[in-house]
Amino acid sequence: MVIRTEGLSFSFGSQQVVKALSLQVPEGSIYGFLGPNGAGKTTTIKMLLNLLQTDEGSIFVFEKELQTNRVAILSQIGSLIEQPAIYAHMSGRENLVNRAMLLGVKDERVDEMLALVKLSNAAGKKAGQYSLGMKQRLGIALALLSDPKLLILDEPTNGLDPNGIIEIRELLVRLTRDHNKTVFISSHLLAEIERMATHVGIINNGELLFQGSVKDLEAISQPQVYIETDNTVDAANLLKRNNYEVVDINHENLIVPFTSKKQMGELNALLNQNGITVFAINKQHKDLENLFLAITKSN
Amino acid sequence: MKGFILSFRSEFYKSRKTLGFWSSILLPLLICFFIAVGFYLKSERLAALSGMALWMQFAGLALGVMGSLLLPMFAIFLAYSVNSIEHKADTWKTLFSLPMSRWAIYSAKYFYAVFLLFTCMGLFALFTVIFGNLLSLLKPELKFDTYHLEIEIGEIYFKLFLSALGILSIQFLLSLLWSDFLKPMGIGFVCFILGVISVSTNWEYSYAFPYAHPMIALKSMMKPGKGGPAKEFAIDIFTKDVFVSLGVAAVVFVLGYFIVRKKSVK
Repeated sequence: MVIRTEGLSFSFGSQQVVKALSLQVPEGSIYGFLGPNGAGKTTTIKMLLNLLQTDEGSIFVFEKELQTNRVAILSQIGSLIEQPAIYAHMSGRENLVNRAMLLGVKDERVDEMLALVKLSNAAGKKAGQYSLGMKQRLGIALALLSDPKLLILDEPTNGLDPNGIIEIRELLVRLTRDHNKTVFISSHLLAEIERMATHVGIINNGELLFQGSVKDLEAISQPQVYIETDNTVDAANLLKRNNYEVVDINHENLIVPFTSKKQMGELNALLNQNGITVFAINKQHKDLENLFLAITKSN
Repeated sequence: MKGFILSFRSEFYKSRKTLGFWSSILLPLLICFFIAVGFYLKSERLAALSGMALWMQFAGLALGVMGSLLLPMFAIFLAYSVNSIEHKADTWKTLFSLPMSRWAIYSAKYFYAVFLLFTCMGLFALFTVIFGNLLSLLKPELKFDTYHLEIEIGEIYFKLFLSALGILSIQFLLSLLWSDFLKPMGIGFVCFILGVISVSTNWEYSYAFPYAHPMIALKSMMKPGKGGPAKEFAIDIFTKDVFVSLGVAAVVFVLGYFIVRKKSVK
């Protein structure tokens, strides 16, 4: 395991924000750390980086205890926490040169990183004038600068446009696949994590609700078919008569569990053949809230 | 040690485009320059003075402004500017997640502030000497070249530097803990006023109060036992107030480290 925590807890005053967390992050994985805002994700990440002193429990990174091997462990971690920490009065390049100086990394690496995150053209511009997406990319370049074995990224796609999100996703997949890095990435978006993660941990109110591979998660977060028709009640009755399960129904739409693409086609045909107009039919993932319900039920 | 040197270099790299850094160069340059301009314009009136008196008046003007007013405020500002770089950019979390001991990061920052103060005081001494000699070239009637006060000027500024270390350390810790400008600045300003009051009322224990030290340092700079104006005079650097300043600086510096070590980075 690259990260292993045991009974990790943390409180801000009397409010306990992380409760007996036991994380298991395997080597070479993209571990998606999923939870709504305020679930304790950033607090956990700060503990993994020794920025917050743990109340209880222990943290092992690369199978070494964090407190006693702080510098050795941190030298192999690149991190991005919350919004990227960037000196606004310095250019993007100077921000990287400054970090390279602190890490003892050669200056050539700075240009490689600028090219990697596509900031070469804006390298001389003051970082304070960067857009949010550019700042985020600079933050990722800073995290990657020392070529770390483990990347810890807190909501790295915040503020990025769709292209930027895809690029970061591809970069992370490439890093783990081709360079055997491990990525620990937090997000509040289930769909984002499902697209790239190999392993998932779900946290809510400081408690780990689920931990396992993405396949294990899929078993719980079954996708659904969302159907909009002119008459949802008739449509639901029709589907039920034809042995389909209807999970949810309201005036606007109805929801049927997804089994295959073929099934979606059959549903569409069935409704059309019986005089019901289908406005929309698509595959949907459960949102985080419904996923929590599903996990709680399955537990 | 490597971590300390790397951090120190990084502090220079980060601050070299900030007002905090440039103020330690511009402040002595401008003050000495304006005093020199004043001497240049009023040279006829000053031509009667002896070399020693001329130097004392010339150096005394900058010293008076610094010791009694600017130095404490400058130390407060410097301590703030070194820390505010991180507060503004929200970079404490990245600094403290670097593979370096917290000690290296903290001490490099502290000694960088000390270094800036030292630079400023050193430049005051240097510019005083340079502008004095320049004046004697431009206005030969000003007899700066007949007397040498370089060493004494250096010693006085060194004493002022030592006397401000107590303030610098306290303000450094306050600015490190509080991200906003007003709290450390407000506390510093109130303490500075108290310092002025304690010195001007000749309070017997004012030497124990760090914010009074720069003013006391100027009062106590002459070696005792030489009544009246003399042809030669010696500077007493290590007086009681300077020792208190150094003691306070050392204690607050160490205390600050323990606070930083335990500090959670929000």
